Amino acid sequence: MIPATFEYEKVTTVDEAIAALSNDDTKILAGGHSLIPAMKLRLNRPAKLVDIGGIRGLKDIKEEDGEIVIGAAASHADIMYHTLIRHHLPLFTEGAAMIGDMQVRNHGTIGGSLAHADPAADWPAMVLAAGAAIEVQGPNGRRRIPATEFFTGLFSTALEPNEIITAVRIPVPANGAKSTYQKFAQPASRFALAACAVMRFADGKTNIAFTGVGENAFRDTGAEQAITGKAIDENTINAAVNAALEGVTVMSDHYASEAYRKHLAKVYLKKALMMVK
Amino acid sequence: MSTRIHVTVNGVEYSHFVEPRLLLVNYLRDVLRLTGTHVGCDTSSCGACTIHVNGKATKCCTMLAVQADGCQITTIEGLSHNGELHPLQEGFNECHGLQCGFCTPGMIMTAADLLQHTPQPTEQDIRHALEGNFCRCTGYHNIVKSVQYAAKKISEAAVVH
Repeated sequence: MIPATFEYEKVTTVDEAIAALSNDDTKILAGGHSLIPAMKLRLNRPAKLVDIGGIRGLKDIKEEDGEIVIGAAASHADIMYHTLIRHHLPLFTEGAAMIGDMQVRNHGTIGGSLAHADPAADWPAMVLAAGAAIEVQGPNGRRRIPATEFFTGLFSTALEPNEIITAVRIPVPANGAKSTYQKFAQPASRFALAACAVMRFADGKTNIAFTGVGENAFRDTGAEQAITGKAIDENTINAAVNAALEGVTVMSDHYASEAYRKHLAKVYLKKALMMVK
Repeated sequence: MSTRIHVTVNGVEYSHFVEPRLLLVNYLRDVLRLTGTHVGCDTSSCGACTIHVNGKATKCCTMLAVQADGCQITTIEGLSHNGELHPLQEGFNECHGLQCGFCTPGMIMTAADLLQHTPQPTEQDIRHALEGNFCRCTGYHNIVKSVQYAAKKISEAAVVH
């Protein structure tokens, strides 16, 4: 399978990438591991690709002003092997290792995954649970979009057509935080049939996010309220599991019916809460 | 419209004008005639097209040739040196690690990336690393043994030197 024809431009700065996006029907090419398969299937046929693989510094991972800053072009493997991440944000180390397979992790990027917003992708649940902000840049400068406002629907985000994701910023959790990412993977694609990311802070605040369940990844405030500030025990776990997915439209497809997916999501929430006990 | 790329493949420098939509796997197979890299599923699932781009295992059916501009590439053809098989190639031979052989180049290239990072992998490490490589003959057991053979041989050679 071969993509339809397109024009190709390799840029070396974020400003050049934004300028290129002012043309209609232009897409950013990062790792290409969501975009190229879609183009090969002709589900997507942009007139132009802007390759950001050569922008210096866009893969950097660093700590800055109490935040972990992950450059948008950092690959899943870059994040998985990074000692700063392992030290401050083990949720991302654990979760990155579950994305796709080794070859996909070597090329797929966090920014690409977030911009693509596949309903079953792994990063959306992790960035939501970690309380991250998505830093984006457009013709009018930079802005931060809280992860809770970023995912707006099926393959849809709050990103404007002429904006590019530059980084993911995560507040460094205070000592004593516990976290986990629990996923039931579709055995061939390794996308989540249902997955749950939980971040339990030292003060008892608990962030719970699901992916693979609804049209987009989301924080489950009902489940969070049932367990935030309380000891994690059988009663509070059951209360959170019962409260979860209230009002959520659960997806149904040929891999998993709505009822089965809902069941899986609750089982994986329970597993996750037991891990952060 | 075509774009000029410069790549180093198995130690040899090449420069070609390519159409932006040309996939890296088709560049290797059809332009350079390096047909050891296979196209299996063509959807980045099966891993038959795995090569190394700047040392990293890569499914090159999901990469454009233009993205490889300036990169160092190794394919299965570049793994043996001076006519001597790479320990992984020897392992697959010794341990009956292939049946039809279609998935073998991809399996070996992925395993080679694993052994760079994890020279003494556990069985679970090997199985996890090969998750993105499918063997339709389902010969996984002997593939794992072949990788273990290579890991042992490489570590023994390291002791000798």
